[in-house]
Amino acid sequence: MGRYVVRRLLQMIPVFVGATLLIFLMVNVMGDPIAGLCGERQCDPATAARLEREFGLDEPVWQQYLTYMGNVFTGDFGTAFNGQEVTELMSTAFPVTIRLTLIAILFEIVIGVALGVVTGLRRGRPVDTGVLLITLVVISVPTFVTGLLLQLLLGVKWGWIRPSVSSEATFDELVLPGLVLASVSLAYVTRLTRTSIAENRRSDYVRTAVAKGLPRHRVVVRHLLRNSLIPVVTFIGADIGFLMGGAIVTERIFNIHGVGYQLYQGILRQNTQTVVGFVTVLVLVFLVANLVVDLLYAVLDPRIRYA
Amino acid sequence: MRGATHARWAACAMAVALAATACGGGDGGSGDAGAVLSASWGDPQNPLEPANTNEVQGGKVLDMIFRGLKRYHPETGEAQDMLAEKIETSDSQNFTITVKDGWTFSNGEKVTAQSFVDAWNYGASLRNNQRNSYFFGYIQGYDEVHPEEGEQTADTLSGLKVTGERTFTVALTQKFSTFPDTLGYNAFAPLPRAFFDDHDAWVKKPVGNGPYLVDSYTRGSQMSLRTWDDYPGPDKAQNGGVDLKVYTDNNTAYTDLLAGNLDLVDDVPAAQLRNVRDDLGDRYLNTPAGIIQTLAFPFYDEDWNKAGSEKVRTGLSMAIDRKQITDTIFQKTRTPATDWTSPVLGEDGGFQDGLCGKACEYDPDGAKKLIEEGGGLPGGKVTITFNADTGSHREWVNAVCNSINNALDNERACTANPVGTFADFRNEITDRKMPGPFRAGWQMDYPLIQNFLQPLYYTDASSNDGKWSNQEFDDLVDRANQETDTAKAIGLFQQAEEVVRDNMAAIPLWYQNGSAGWSERLSDVKLNPFSVPVYDQIKVS
Repeated sequence: MGRYVVRRLLQMIPVFVGATLLIFLMVNVMGDPIAGLCGERQCDPATAARLEREFGLDEPVWQQYLTYMGNVFTGDFGTAFNGQEVTELMSTAFPVTIRLTLIAILFEIVIGVALGVVTGLRRGRPVDTGVLLITLVVISVPTFVTGLLLQLLLGVKWGWIRPSVSSEATFDELVLPGLVLASVSLAYVTRLTRTSIAENRRSDYVRTAVAKGLPRHRVVVRHLLRNSLIPVVTFIGADIGFLMGGAIVTERIFNIHGVGYQLYQGILRQNTQTVVGFVTVLVLVFLVANLVVDLLYAVLDPRIRYA
Repeated sequence: MRGATHARWAACAMAVALAATACGGGDGGSGDAGAVLSASWGDPQNPLEPANTNEVQGGKVLDMIFRGLKRYHPETGEAQDMLAEKIETSDSQNFTITVKDGWTFSNGEKVTAQSFVDAWNYGASLRNNQRNSYFFGYIQGYDEVHPEEGEQTADTLSGLKVTGERTFTVALTQKFSTFPDTLGYNAFAPLPRAFFDDHDAWVKKPVGNGPYLVDSYTRGSQMSLRTWDDYPGPDKAQNGGVDLKVYTDNNTAYTDLLAGNLDLVDDVPAAQLRNVRDDLGDRYLNTPAGIIQTLAFPFYDEDWNKAGSEKVRTGLSMAIDRKQITDTIFQKTRTPATDWTSPVLGEDGGFQDGLCGKACEYDPDGAKKLIEEGGGLPGGKVTITFNADTGSHREWVNAVCNSINNALDNERACTANPVGTFADFRNEITDRKMPGPFRAGWQMDYPLIQNFLQPLYYTDASSNDGKWSNQEFDDLVDRANQETDTAKAIGLFQQAEEVVRDNMAAIPLWYQNGSAGWSERLSDVKLNPFSVPVYDQIKVS
């Protein structure tokens, strides 16, 4: 187990370097960011040259990358164009997005898995068909439609919630955005769990458990669900990274100043430092989440062992 | 925040009981001088320094926390003395400026001549990377503190001299009669010593001399401004303060306004223009702002700069049905342009309705004929380049192209060429890579006709993106700048504008309006010619 983890951690290094290099190159291809700083006029050449030097843009790209990575390892993610340290931006943005992601994941697990179990056990019944239909609708409607619709109904028409999230972004304010963010994944989780449960319901070990005379809830939770969760855990694990980075649309609709907002602004302003910094952290989140998922397999299914 | 508002309100109600006028907002209004309003905001692009702020969001804040020598009247746009007691000159080149007595910064420091000179020297110096440095370009010694290349050889402008506690002299490199009127621009604001002594702390919480002071500032999300009770100026704030909240999407701000979580939105999204009257009734304002949208041409490209090209350019201008586009796409929040300035200047300021004449009127047949006379479109087609990331540019560019195609009976005459980001768009302009006409917008820095012409069409001027160059135009502008009689100067500028028209250096499209919507709590909401709300006059009930 320990050796497995070490091996996986070592494997992360090339993935990390490759991913950050790609992002770095992509942002660079977008062109010189300085020109966008002076409004509808040409930056005067002297100031532009000084700004380029200050942001290290006058060096060749490979050298910029090396300097950047060197700095990253000492915890220096550079400075955004508005003079703020990228680490400062991160320290305000990540807690908000983490809260949002937590709520979204919680929705996925609680509602998604519960619905999946119910429908899986009642396959073909009206409940099953009904939920399947709803998930189909949720999956096919884009997030921004769901988000704007709920915002308008709950926020403006009925006045139950504030349509936008304040700068503190507390948990209770994030419930609706979290639900919107989770909606599509939630539908997938429901469907995944349902298929998995329906499949395993007929397997030998379930029949054995029932034959042993175990109470029904024990059969379902300990035997059936535990064995059916592997694909769901894989999905949710990958979803953590996706939710954190992919919240751009949701964060925009509800005016949440999280990672998505910083990334959006960074891209618009071609701010290499912000974009690469945030994406680097997201890459790390992805890698770690994947590792945790793989380790969880062993917990769920004792037959899986890592050496 | 809400709690605080209530507390203030309660305090005010008690004050009303004691003295009936205490909370009245001046002349019989129902305003509560202690109440705070919330308003939409965008994250400023650059650090909040006066000479480093070149966009509206940062400009809003500077307008609240600073007062300069001059201030543009919120309605007429006329430059009026604010901190300036007098600005004297005998030759339009050397100015003696006297600062009024009794002004202080909100930290108690006196505003002196030195406060201005230090600020201007800071703004001009290359080492400080100030985006607006070129505003000081007319002052003697600018080429030493801000050389085009190489190291600067001086730290201070030789043209600025402090001659007394409240007086200083400015020497310009050339005659520039309207120079005093440019001094209302934010870049010319005075700065306290705190700015220089502890710069980092100042940028985190700016200190100025305006009617508001910064109470707290969370970068990227909110700034709370409160009325400065000891503000010495005549335009004291009529409310208790303003909370500026950053919105990533103006649609969300609008939704928040409808839900009652926000008091003031100063940018009603294009998609909502259809509903805004139903939603807000008369709590909506739509007034002309000093913004004009044009199509510029790449004059570095032979195809657009040969004999007869001006006929092609004029023909294109006549092929655009401005009225239809402003009516349908912009719901009349923009007005078809008939000259190259803006209605906010007023007739006296140089705006001349209809100066463009026939060249700006929709005339498909005439357009076709002119373009043929001029040798046809280069390569048989025209591409309009724009940045697709902001400002609903895609819609109108497509509409302009449709209009051109219809006029020329050729479905492939005009195509739109979107560029992903503003920065990239600016890059392609700087690198002279424009394949044809491109979007050019201009928001005035100060309400002078000079500002609509010189930066855009003078040879090698900073915003002359098409690199148009015309000796006759340059001469007229030079003469106008030297002319001490304002009316004569404006006449000369208008002659220069006629040169722009005859060559169709850029196609004027439409004048842009500023818009604002507000909640029932507010009254007396106005927009100044820069499309920024006049926060200090807003009354909150």
